[in-house]
Amino acid sequence: MAPNPVKVRRRAGQPPRHSAVTESPGARLGLMAIAFAFLALFLLLPLVSVFVEAFRKGAGEYIASLVEPDALAAIRLTLTVAAIAVPLNLVFGVAAAWAIAKFEFKGKAFLTTLIDLPFSISPVISGLVFVLLFGAQSVLGSWLRSHGVEILFAVPGIVLATIFVTFPFVARELIPLMQEQGTGDEEAALSLGANGWQTFWYVTLPNIKWGLLYGTLLCNARAMGEFGAVSVVSGHIRGLTNTMPLHVEILYNEYNFVAAFAVASLLALLALVTLVLKSLLEMRYSAELAAS
Amino acid sequence: MTSIPVSSRAGWQMKKPSIIPGFGLTLGFSLAYLALIILIPLSALILRTTSLGWSGFWAVATDLRTIRALETSFGTSFVAALINVVFGVIVAWVLVRYRFPGRRFVDAIVDLPFALPTAVAGIALTALYAPNGWIGSLLAPLGVRIAFTKLGIIVALVFIGLPFVVRTVQPIMEEISREIEEAAATLGASRFQTIWRVLLPGLQPAILTGFALAFARAVGEYGSVIFIAGNTPYQTEIAPLLIVIRLEEYDYAGATAVATIMLIIAFMMLFIINLIQAWSRRRYGYGA
Repeated sequence: MAPNPVKVRRRAGQPPRHSAVTESPGARLGLMAIAFAFLALFLLLPLVSVFVEAFRKGAGEYIASLVEPDALAAIRLTLTVAAIAVPLNLVFGVAAAWAIAKFEFKGKAFLTTLIDLPFSISPVISGLVFVLLFGAQSVLGSWLRSHGVEILFAVPGIVLATIFVTFPFVARELIPLMQEQGTGDEEAALSLGANGWQTFWYVTLPNIKWGLLYGTLLCNARAMGEFGAVSVVSGHIRGLTNTMPLHVEILYNEYNFVAAFAVASLLALLALVTLVLKSLLEMRYSAELAAS
Repeated sequence: MTSIPVSSRAGWQMKKPSIIPGFGLTLGFSLAYLALIILIPLSALILRTTSLGWSGFWAVATDLRTIRALETSFGTSFVAALINVVFGVIVAWVLVRYRFPGRRFVDAIVDLPFALPTAVAGIALTALYAPNGWIGSLLAPLGVRIAFTKLGIIVALVFIGLPFVVRTVQPIMEEISREIEEAAATLGASRFQTIWRVLLPGLQPAILTGFALAFARAVGEYGSVIFIAGNTPYQTEIAPLLIVIRLEEYDYAGATAVATIMLIIAFMMLFIINLIQAWSRRRYGYGA
């Protein structure tokens, strides 16, 4: 496979301003106007409104909504959950990509499909499966409870649901990238006497580091922002099992709009940072990211 | 030649030989993790469904509230995915073909729905489209209500589905070779004819894929919809919300049955779309 023909062509010279293969200036303006109006209406305006609503009653109220104990607890829980879920999925992603990209074996396509499965399942159903598995009505759930282990309506359940929905992100970024890179570098390192671990650490990892960062970034954004799956397993106990998105929901349903949008603005900032880093990676290291 | 003795069948090899180490470790870990996180929990859903029995399942499936919720979910998702196809293709075209200041910014903002938590999108869209919101207050005098109606659901689903269409169509659009367009132009086609009759048919597989992805995502969407939907049973209640309501009523059987029906319909639609895609790729598509 040629490395990323798309990006090369994008930098090729522009066609003349008006020729047989471009639209008339009028049509061009019209299409651009439609595209910009649509994006402004559906994407930009909602983003701006988050910050406007958050500051509706001034900066004092904004800060007060963020340093309030329940909000702080929600922020802490969201960070904790992401700190557990993202590294686990990262290790899985690297391991799965190594097995799938570096070897030929039966059932590979099926395994790749299974890894993508969580993307095609509604977040609510992702939460539901854990309720069915660990709920009071299940054998496993009642056994665990009798041994003093709480999964559902507690932090472990939230972590499990988050891992479930963010499961494919890293693997899906790394698999095509490592497949494209092939096994030549690793074979060279091994034949020069490196052991497996050295090969991974000094040869493979430097090759995939930007792709790994890219996948981790997206995984983290989803982990911190997940709502549906977490909402089903959390039990919504204020200060205990409320993540930031759930806290936003509770505040909003209590008509405490300023506080809801204040917490939401933190999540929107996270999204903006994610987008900026993502664009930077795509600009600088497009050749070292998977050609998707 | 090393072969892992998994099968007793002679000559059957689990994997092709390779000098790269770590196959057993990485595959073993991946499979164990996959089973633990995804497969065992999902099998709990399947087990629970089979324990319902056919009559129990049928009772939930033919319940009017279930049918209405499924109609709402699939109907609004279909409309939203159609809107996304129209505007997604235009956005992709503008990004691929035109050069203008701020193009990078516009390109980056397309991914906003991927990055913005759905609950945040939900409350922001509701604030905009509610009768007293920035957009809602402009439409209210015209008698158009968006928030708390099906239109509101569609707005939320358009928001979350847009990047799926743009990001699927954009790379294929970049690959279109100029020669095709030049050939069409020399043969006397107008610019509109070239785009409509020559370029768009070639993009059809990508457009269908984008449609399928946006549609599949929309059907399962929860966070951005529940705030703007109004959530009136039989009217603006989506299927994922019905699952949550059944769970809150401790009606696990009901929740499971709705979830199973959703999964079955979603997989069937994806399968059909895959068939259409394979057909259209054979007929029009670029490369493979």
